[in-house]
Amino acid sequence: MVLDGLVTTTPSKEKRSPDASNEGSTSAAPHKRRSILAARRREYLLFLALVAPNLILLALFTYRPLLDSIRLSFFSWNISSPLPPRFVGLSNYQHWWEEITSHGPALTVVTNTVIFTAATVLGSMALGLALALLLDQQLKGRGVVRSIVFAPYVIAGAAIGIAFQFIFDPRFGLVSGLLESLGKASPDFYQNPRWALFMVTVTYMWKNIGYTFVIYLAALQAKPVELYEAAEIDRASRWTVFRRVTLPLLRPTSFFLSITVMLNSLQVFDIIYVMTRGGPQGTGTTTMVFQVYQETFVNYRAGYGATIATIMFIVLLIITAVQVRIMDRGNK
Amino acid sequence: MKTRSGLGMKIAGYLAMILVVVIVAAPLYWVLTTSVKTPDQVFRKPPLWWPEAFSFSSYPDVFRNYPFGRYMLNSVIITSILATIKIVLGVLSAYAFALLRFPGRGAVFMLVLAALMVPNQITVISNYALIAQLGWLNTFQGIIIPLAGVAFGTFLMRNHFMSLPTEIIEAARMDGCGHMKLLFRILLPMSWPTLVAFALITIVNEWNEYLWPFLVGSDYRVAPLQVGLSRMINTDGGFTNWPLVMAATMLTIIPILIVFLFLQRYMIKGLTSGAVKG
Repeated sequence: MVLDGLVTTTPSKEKRSPDASNEGSTSAAPHKRRSILAARRREYLLFLALVAPNLILLALFTYRPLLDSIRLSFFSWNISSPLPPRFVGLSNYQHWWEEITSHGPALTVVTNTVIFTAATVLGSMALGLALALLLDQQLKGRGVVRSIVFAPYVIAGAAIGIAFQFIFDPRFGLVSGLLESLGKASPDFYQNPRWALFMVTVTYMWKNIGYTFVIYLAALQAKPVELYEAAEIDRASRWTVFRRVTLPLLRPTSFFLSITVMLNSLQVFDIIYVMTRGGPQGTGTTTMVFQVYQETFVNYRAGYGATIATIMFIVLLIITAVQVRIMDRGNK
Repeated sequence: MKTRSGLGMKIAGYLAMILVVVIVAAPLYWVLTTSVKTPDQVFRKPPLWWPEAFSFSSYPDVFRNYPFGRYMLNSVIITSILATIKIVLGVLSAYAFALLRFPGRGAVFMLVLAALMVPNQITVISNYALIAQLGWLNTFQGIIIPLAGVAFGTFLMRNHFMSLPTEIIEAARMDGCGHMKLLFRILLPMSWPTLVAFALITIVNEWNEYLWPFLVGSDYRVAPLQVGLSRMINTDGGFTNWPLVMAATMLTIIPILIVFLFLQRYMIKGLTSGAVKG
């Protein structure tokens, strides 16, 4: 999914809901009460009719499988066999925890996930912000540049993955060609796990930077001019203005971006599948999403796959809750 | 700060613009030039920055050697059906959440919104089992229906409907305007930019969707372009015909870039509207 949540709504608008005024005008005529009740019931039914198809789809294909996957995490199950899942209690979780404590593959996967997610979230936010700050002035051709930078965001991850696989080809790729013209040898992006992780991270950042940039730029252009004029009168330095005025103003935007970019990068599957199949050396670029796929559909251990998905979901909820707390505290 | 920016800042701004355009354009340039090279020109050291001789045969070869036309058709079928369902459901639910009164409306809306927080890797396991049980593997309905619920669009359209001037809606109701007429004759005509943004974001998302169709639609008769494209790399064994693969990549990218080129203003507006006001 491209955009997984515009979390920051405008609560002030809620009060302007047309219903509020509607209520005022109808209650002014009490003798019509019976017809109002009938109208209310009709509205009730209409609401159900309009919302039901969507709600049923979300219930069936989002909430049902969410709960079912949590349930399956306590089972052992081959997804392709007709045999029903077998209850195993907490043993999937135990297995995962043992691999973590014994520095097994699960630890590598968690480390990869943290590195990939942190690098893409922080990297694309920092680069997007820097670019937005530099371009928040009257420059010729800025509109065109904005469109160009945003374009990779709409390109499919699978296509980007294939393109960048060849770009990073250690012998005949664009990167190795550029490095060799500088007299340097290309790292082995295909065989060295660390460089492979670097490769998929850079690829995903290339896709994402336009998104953070465009949103930061829009936020900068919506900021109140008065604050800056006041800062100018106070002869505040550029750095002080940035730290004391601009950054606090961008807080809601940064909060929004940190959640959406994190949600998106935690779900990256196509780029990793296409570029590395989770390798090299088995788990070189395997993130938790990829491990869920591999355990469930390649190793046929759907219960264990569900366990990893559940752990990820819980961690995601905790991180989001913390982010919301931090945001709330800043607003007080 | 449009009012004052020093010369240094201006120069830095232009340099940043040039740099970022190069960073975005270089990979695409590499894909494009590789796609018109002959295979022997690809494996050169140092690499050829500009093709020695142009060869366009990779483009027809993509269609000759692979069911690429079929993949394209599948993508068009899946995207158009899915986007239509999502837009209709999104607009109808948004209307209900914005303009109808219902006990527990807020709670139901939160339930729709919270679906955005559920990552797809946790839903695919059980959804796959369900679709397999129904015998819907490698069918269009198996790809489309599980993806058809719409949370983001409901949210976007609802916020937009709520931001419209109440007086107009009131006046229409006073004139005895029914719900459907209110929605189609009054609200939607005032909502084109948001609706286009919603439609565009949906089309781009569904066109690019990978994990779900990859799992349930591996057969070439239903597999979309992205799934078909990614299959081209490993079927060749050790040797990958890069000009051919890059030509296929170009063919995958171009349709969505054309759509984006014409409508990107709306899309950017739709994506930023929720983020910036907050």
